[in-house]
Amino acid sequence: MTNYSPFNPNSPIASATSGLFIFILIIAGIILALVAFLLIYSIIRFRSRGDEQEPPQTFGNTRLEILWTVVPLITLGVVFVYMLRVIGIVLPNTTSNPDMIVIGHQWWWEIQYPQEGVVTANEIHLPPGKRYLVQLESADVIHDLWLPELGVKMDLVPGRSNYIYLQADKPGVYEGTCAEFCGAEHAWMRVRAIVQSPDDFAAWIKAQGKPASAPTGDLAIQGAQLFQALACRSCHAINGTEANGNVGPDLTHLASRQTIAAGVLENTPENLTTWLKNPQAVKPGNHMPNLGLTDPQINQLVAYLETLK
Amino acid sequence: MSDLPLVPEVETPLPSLLGDEGLLSWFASVDHKQIGIMYLIVTLVFFIIGGLEALLIRIQLAQPGEKVLSPQAYNQVFTMHGTTMIFLVVMPMLIGIGNYLVPLMIGARDMAFPRLNALSLWLLIFGGLLLYYSFIAGGAPAAGWFAYAPLSEKAFSTTSGMDFWALGLLVTGIGSVAAGVNFLVTIITLRAPGMSMRRLPLFVWMTMINAILILFALPSLNAALVMILADRQLNALFFNTAAGGSALLWQHVFWSFGHPEVYIMVLPAFGIISEVIPVFSRKPIYGYGFVAASTIAIGFLSFAVWGHHMFAAGMSTTLDVVFSLASMLIAVPTGVKIFNWLATLWGGKIRFTTSMLFALSFLILFTIGGLSGVTLATVPVDQQVTDTYYVVAHFHYVLFGGTMFAIMAGFYYWFPKVTGRLLSEKIGKWHFWLLFFGFNITFFPQHILGLIGMTRRTYTYPDIPDWARLNLLSTFGAFLIAVAVLVFLWNIFVSLRNGEIAGNNPWDAWTLEWSTSSPPPLHNFDLIPPVRSTRPLWDLTHPDDLDWKRSK
Repeated sequence: MTNYSPFNPNSPIASATSGLFIFILIIAGIILALVAFLLIYSIIRFRSRGDEQEPPQTFGNTRLEILWTVVPLITLGVVFVYMLRVIGIVLPNTTSNPDMIVIGHQWWWEIQYPQEGVVTANEIHLPPGKRYLVQLESADVIHDLWLPELGVKMDLVPGRSNYIYLQADKPGVYEGTCAEFCGAEHAWMRVRAIVQSPDDFAAWIKAQGKPASAPTGDLAIQGAQLFQALACRSCHAINGTEANGNVGPDLTHLASRQTIAAGVLENTPENLTTWLKNPQAVKPGNHMPNLGLTDPQINQLVAYLETLK
Repeated sequence: MSDLPLVPEVETPLPSLLGDEGLLSWFASVDHKQIGIMYLIVTLVFFIIGGLEALLIRIQLAQPGEKVLSPQAYNQVFTMHGTTMIFLVVMPMLIGIGNYLVPLMIGARDMAFPRLNALSLWLLIFGGLLLYYSFIAGGAPAAGWFAYAPLSEKAFSTTSGMDFWALGLLVTGIGSVAAGVNFLVTIITLRAPGMSMRRLPLFVWMTMINAILILFALPSLNAALVMILADRQLNALFFNTAAGGSALLWQHVFWSFGHPEVYIMVLPAFGIISEVIPVFSRKPIYGYGFVAASTIAIGFLSFAVWGHHMFAAGMSTTLDVVFSLASMLIAVPTGVKIFNWLATLWGGKIRFTTSMLFALSFLILFTIGGLSGVTLATVPVDQQVTDTYYVVAHFHYVLFGGTMFAIMAGFYYWFPKVTGRLLSEKIGKWHFWLLFFGFNITFFPQHILGLIGMTRRTYTYPDIPDWARLNLLSTFGAFLIAVAVLVFLWNIFVSLRNGEIAGNNPWDAWTLEWSTSSPPPLHNFDLIPPVRSTRPLWDLTHPDDLDWKRSK
């Protein structure tokens, strides 16, 4: 089993759910084994041997039938009570002062840390051991945040807010994805939880809170001018500049992220170049048009974007 | 003018299409048997179309990064696959089987409303054509078979595909409601003398409960379809979240139809199994009363479980818990049936016909689907696995391993009654084993895929360990299923021409349809045997061991 599974829980929430799941699977396994045994035994023992005689005609036995009504009823009662306990652990009972707000967009994630004033995209950073109350919203259609090893899966519904707890026991990188069908590029709406030591996390969130530093180097400076002159800023925001669009991800600290286009490509200068050449070839149907940039323009833009650490 | 018969008079039960008025005698027919056969032919055609769509899906997913279909094309294909299989295959196929059998099983001449019956069939055909016309009219619907708003709204689904989807389903939906009325009235009013409700064949029992489910569930769908059409065409705001509409309203209205629909697609299959297993075990059904009563329990509960499709939508925890309880409860009457069928086998003399092989494998496959259903009824587990391939595996075990296997059991069982010839048992065994292995190879790995993180409805996936291998296996299985279907079609073709002549009652079965000729005459029965128990033909052939004289 890969480390990308609810059976490999890495939080108290996922552990509780995993325990319940395994409990039900064991019961289900016993029932299935019983049915299979009765079926196979009957097939062997009661197969027709070609004689003409009809077998004894039996019509039922009320006592037996009550038995196989009541026993499953009791079993399900046990499962139900166990489930109530797990619900108490996994579902939040408060909705005030969320630590994080996740907003779904076609087809990327906006991640906000309202208390620290940080906005990023497609990457959730967490320190281990701390339980985050996460508010879920959507900017367009229904999406669904799923980080199998960390917590429950919950929809991001336009027009309302949902809440989950998110917590990780150990540092590491945890894969996640959008789980509710949301249109053409649903397949490439992936998300990653990066769980860092408390010190690293504190450093990260401090850096993310700063505006973008002014670029140095000719190419990067030309790129910065190009970014403001072209259509880029009508969709993207860069804190500290005039760009404040919200159709695409905030790019203030783009270069610090691991992937681009919500998981399609690793974040390298080469891949960024490929992306800018024609986003529609990399992620067909996404909302970033092919801007028809020339190679020198792309080089300048990539040089600038690489400074946004 | 009014003296002229609307339908050309036919002399034979299965008029040839090549005769003078052959074509018209089918198109204009109001005979329940001809309508039943046409239902089966139409749904078989849609089954092949839906199956080809499934193959396209499996080809695209055979390996990560496959580019056979564009994202937009893939989304259209899986939407059409689901919509086709549910609305144009499984549900109408069961209605068609009921159409043919119910009057014969209760000793009636025809359905209560023959012309309404024909209307149901033609609404199905025209609704299906309307849905498929969308491909020509600018693009098929691509929002999934449950068309969640606001994705299905004009702002996000800009082609006319969604409009054709709603209109097509509205047309077939009205036909289904008419079929429900027809079944209910037929079963209540047209039973042969002596056939009390306690002597009704179980297939008829389940069809009757099914008719009630159709009557109460389909209006919900039709309302939802009118609402989404109003949103899209008249700028209404039911589900337009940008203007204050509610996304969850759609889910509530849709699933309050959608989950009873699951039972609409399963109950008649239970009915088929309840006919086939006793006959090939040479014993009456074990616990007739429990099997019938548990169907009523399922019917009631099926209207109280829809919320388990919405555990991840953010309903209140109270609602989650209530829907969870009801969903778990429905496992009890379903389990009762499984154990009663097993007890029917116990002490019998089992004949392994192809029909019985399908029925026996139904027991295991449906149990697997039912048990994974219990995991989905528990809120936290559902919140982990919903929208993954685990769910895809679950409902294919219920609807394919369950319903389609039951339909195949029924097909081999009643084919001789409908055509007068037996299907080849030799080809049938090939068909069965290919389908059994193909089905399990396709869908069992999907449980695991879901549990290791693969979500459904993605046109491609990253190269995460084990995903590619399991997907390739699943695709291989899908091709085995395709071969099995070809073998099945070959069997029909060969057996229609050269199959063994069946006679009235090739299986020594006990219900009324087997007392008349195969195929039955236009008026169904020359003489209806006395009905004094659930097994009138047993009583006829066992005068020294009469069911109705047995002490209880």
